[in-house]
This record gives sequence, C-alpha cells and structure tokens, in this order.
Amino acid sequence: MKRELICVACPLGCTVTVEYNDEEILSVTGNTCKRGEAYAKTEITNPTRSLTSSVKVNGGVLPVVPVKSSKPVPKSMLFDCMKVINSVTVDAPVKIGQVIIENILDTGADIIATNND
Amino acid sequence: MLNYDLVVVGGGPAGMAAALKAKECGVDSIIVLERAEALGGILEQCIHTGFGLHYFGEELSGPEYAAKFIEQVEKTDITVKTDTMVLDIDGNNLVTAVNKADGLLKIQAKAIVLAMGCRERPRGALEISGTRASGIMTAGTAQKYVNLDGYMPGKKVVILGSGDIGLIMARRMTLEGAEVKVVCELMPYSGGLTRNIVQCLDDFGIPLKLSTTVVETHGKDRLEGVTIAQVDEKLQPIESTKEYIECDTLMLSVGLIPENELTKNVGIGIDRITNGAVVDEMRQTDHKGIFACGNVLHVHDLVDYVTLEAQIAGKGAADYILGKCDNEPCYVNTTTGNGVRYLVPQKVNINNKEAVKLYFRVGRIYKNAKVILECDGKIISSKKKVKLAPGEMEDVVIPADVLAGMTPESSIVVRVEE
Ligand SMILES: Cc1cc2nc3c(=O)[nH]c(=O)nc-3n(C[C@H](O)[C@H](O)[C@H](O)COP(=O)(O)OP(=O)(O)OC[C@H]3O[C@@H](n4cnc5c(N)ncnc54)[C@H](O)[C@@H]3O)c2cc1C
Ligand code: SF4
Repeated sequence: MKRELICVACPLGCTVTVEYNDEEILSVTGNTCKRGEAYAKTEITNPTRSLTSSVKVNGGVLPVVPVKSSKPVPKSMLFDCMKVINSVTVDAPVKIGQVIIENILDTGADIIATNND
Repeated sequence: MLNYDLVVVGGGPAGMAAALKAKECGVDSIIVLERAEALGGILEQCIHTGFGLHYFGEELSGPEYAAKFIEQVEKTDITVKTDTMVLDIDGNNLVTAVNKADGLLKIQAKAIVLAMGCRERPRGALEISGTRASGIMTAGTAQKYVNLDGYMPGKKVVILGSGDIGLIMARRMTLEGAEVKVVCELMPYSGGLTRNIVQCLDDFGIPLKLSTTVVETHGKDRLEGVTIAQVDEKLQPIESTKEYIECDTLMLSVGLIPENELTKNVGIGIDRITNGAVVDEMRQTDHKGIFACGNVLHVHDLVDYVTLEAQIAGKGAADYILGKCDNEPCYVNTTTGNGVRYLVPQKVNINNKEAVKLYFRVGRIYKNAKVILECDGKIISSKKKVKLAPGEMEDVVIPADVLAGMTPESSIVVRVEE
C-alpha cells in the first residue's frame, strides 16, 4: 500500500510518501529530515499529536497559563486529555517548564507550563 | 533628551533579535521600546507549538520561543522600556515616544530598527452586508480572548479566511468544545501553511470551502448566523449557491498588514506589494540609518525567519553605527519575474562581498515547478520544487562571485517556470 502524507512535525510541511504492507513499513520518501521519517511511521501505525491548551490560575497576573504536552499523545485521546486539563486549577506563581499534570491519562506525557504567571 | 546609539521600535522576536545582534557586534547603548506591558510581541498569545524548529532545533510554543530571547536580553545592558508607545520618528532620527512613568520621551538615535510587526485586516476592509451584531471579530482577537484572558468568545463558529491564525483558532476552539462549522476561503487556495490545514482542520473533520465567502451576517444584538456563497473567477458571489449557516461567532482571518504608519511618516519608500519598506540586503531603508525587519517589513509565517532577518538588520545597524558601512553603495534592483509576487530585499549593493539570500512569495500554487535565478540574462540557478504556494515563503541565494561580477547596469530576476 502507498499513502501520501503531509509531515506536520515542523512548519515546512513536506509531502512524504510511505509504502507499507500489513506487517511493516517498506519505505519513506520525500522527507527533508529524519523527523519526517519518524512522523510517517507513527502516522501509519499510531497517529499522535502534540497538545497545547491553557490551565486556570489562582492569583496570577493573567487568569490562565499556557501548557503543552511534553511529547505527542495519541490523536484519539486529545479530547479526553482536554477534559482533564480543563478540570485543573493551579496556584500562582507558575514557572515556565513546571509540570502541571503528570503522565496525563497514562500516555507517558506530562502537561507542562509554557509561560510564567 | 536622551541619546542612544540604537533605538529599536517594537519588542517582539524581530526587535529582540536585532537588539541582541547589534549588542554582539559591539554597539554600546541600545534601547528597545515596546508598546505592550512585556516583551515578546504576538508570540505571547500563540500558545501552540511549531516555533523554533529551525532556529533552536526544538518545537517550542510562542511564549517559550519569546522567553529564550527575553532571557538573553535581560543578561545584557540593553535598556528596555515597556508600556512605551513610539509616536513619531523624524528625518534626523529623533524618536518621540510616550509612557506613563516618563511622559513624553525624546530620544536621539544614530540608527533605528523598525520592528513594529503587523496587525490583522479588520472587518471594514471586507464587503459583508448585515447588522453590526456582536460576535464578529478577527481570529487574533479571539486568540487573545481564549489564550490570555481565558474566555471563550462563542460556541458555534464560522471562520472566514484560511490564514494561519484562523486555522490555529479552528483547532483551539474545537478542543475547547466549540463547534467550528466551516472555514471559508475566497481564493481557490488556502493562505495558510499546509501543516495547519492537516492538523487543525483535517484532524477534526472541519470542512474548508475554497472559492467561498461570507456575503451577509444576521442577528441584531448577537450574531445568529451568516450567509455564505461560492464565488466565480472574478470573485463575485454566485446567487444560486447561497447557504445559511447558524453560528454565534464569525472569525476573520483575512490577512495581515505591516504596521507602517511610523515608516510612512518619515517618508520612507514603501513596496506596493509587501506594504513594507523598500530595503537593501542589510535591511536598510532608503532613509540612511533606519532599518526594518520582521513582520513590519513583510509578513512572515515562520518566526525562525523573522529572527534570522532581524539579525541581518541588527548587524547592518551596528555596521552603520560603528562606521563600517559602505558609504557609496552601488545598487542593483531585484526584479520579480513570472509567478513571483515580491522579493525582499528589493535592491542589493553589488560591492557586498558576501552571498545574498532573496526571500519571495509566489502568486498561486505551482506543482513540479522550477525557481530560476537569472542575472544579466544568464541562469545562475534553477531549483526544482515539488510544490510552491503563496502561503509559504521561499528563498534563493545570489552567490558572492556572481555579485562580484556585476555592474550598476546588471539585472537580477527571480521567476518560476512550470
Ligand atoms: C496568530 C499568529 C500565529 C502564528 N503562528 C506561527 C507558527 O505556528 N510558527 C511560527 O514559526 N510562526 C508563527 N507566526 C509568525 C510569528 O509569530 C511572527 O512572524 C512573529 O511574531 C513576528 O515578529 P515581529 O517581531 O516582527 O512582530 P510582533 O511579534 O508582532 O512584534 C511587534 C511588536 O512591536 C510592538 N509595537 C508596534 N508598534 C509599536 C509602537 N508604535 N511603539 C512601540 N511598540 C510597538 C508591538 O506591541 C509588538 O510587541 C504566527 C503569527 C501570528 C500572528
Ligand atoms: S520532513 Fe523534516 S523538514 Fe520536512 S516537514 Fe517533516 S520535520 Fe519538517
């Protein structure tokens, strides 16, 4: 089988062609860098996405602080992760890089703050 | 009156990188003036990741990318004044600014870097009939509401324009539980990055309707719905395709305009297509000692390129201040050939000893095309491209030896061949 994908691992957005059968990936072509190959492989086997959102803050300068997943989470779990993220409130001060939710829904990804508040 | 070697207007990624580069090149006194409460520019509200892969080799969110530069600025003796709005620059590089603490500030600069960024095209620029109901806003305003104020502006959303901000907001609103019904794009192609169409629309099954626009808005106090219609080749709505869509929010993502009021007031020449200043390869405008970089010069989609361009301008400003500038430049204009909408820089000093990279955008989508650089009628390079799109900036390099062989009568043309 052959599938054409757009690599979303970086903003260049290369068109990557993957050839595969039921057992394995046979070839990946069209990618500019190694990340493209890795992206294409997971996209065929278990698509993942990095998740960014914001979390409510008590007593900060701004009412919310932006967060991201420390690594991509399964695409099918994005909305479940959002539910968890929206149920959390943290107290100020929040530091950039601070872990807000550890190992969210057992995905192995932490939810970490991406700004100070 | 204050005196500074370099005044940087705007403390976004462009302003910070220009200031840092000038410092590194040995400029003594530098001041950055920023209108907002903090440094960082538009990046503070861009909480999605995708920044910095090329420059830092890691995928950062906007605030994280900005933080790396803010940290570096704080480590230097560069003066930063936030909450400070620049009102005017005169022909002698005298900068007038205002803030609450100092009142009116007059700063005499040897050189100035313009890094004011851009703003979104507002509704007034569009021809949509209907009431002035609330719930109609630019995508960037919505982004600020959600990401900085923690407030959801609506539940059922239609987005007009497929620029990156609109696409990013389609995903953000969907993840927060809103229903994004459709993204309409007037042109037959999207103005956004392909990756954003994939991961912001396709991932969530949000339809993108090309050659479609919003012709009317409905609702008295709050928006209740919009009428959309397909357009013909002349971009005129086709009556028979009109369709009503219920929604409480209409987001506009119909383009960015460089913020060039200050630039125009100094009398600096503006490029009709980029809406930014006309510059040479050091990003110097036609007013000696005034440089421009970042979104104020031309709209960038990748902040990494903004940083690189700002470093060129910062180096240029440093050379100018330290008297290392070429006082008798010999310029050759860069010319847009077939398919190329604009080129930055618009002119190149052929006395320059180094290779010069030209940035450009194409006018439509091309598949399997070639980007050709032609100097004095000779093809210097011909690069194959699987795809060229208006939403994605391209570049081509003029090698140093080619520049060295040029005369004032020479020509530099970039064109696309299918
Ligand atoms: C919504 C959005 C999403 C984006 N997404 C991505 C992405 O996913 N990946 C990526 O790599 N890039 C992305 N970009 C592009 C990148 O963020 C911008 O190209 C970059 O921020 C531009 O930097 P700048 O410094 O030129 O402008 P800005 O960041 O806009 O900074 C300009 C600064 O100048 C200040 N200013 C303006 N006028 C004055 C004045 N008169 N006096 C004092 N200060 C003034 C403003 O307050 C502002 O802080 C995105 C841009 C936007 C708008
Ligand atoms: S293949 Fe590499 S360069 Fe191309 S989009 Fe993917 S990460 Fe970016």
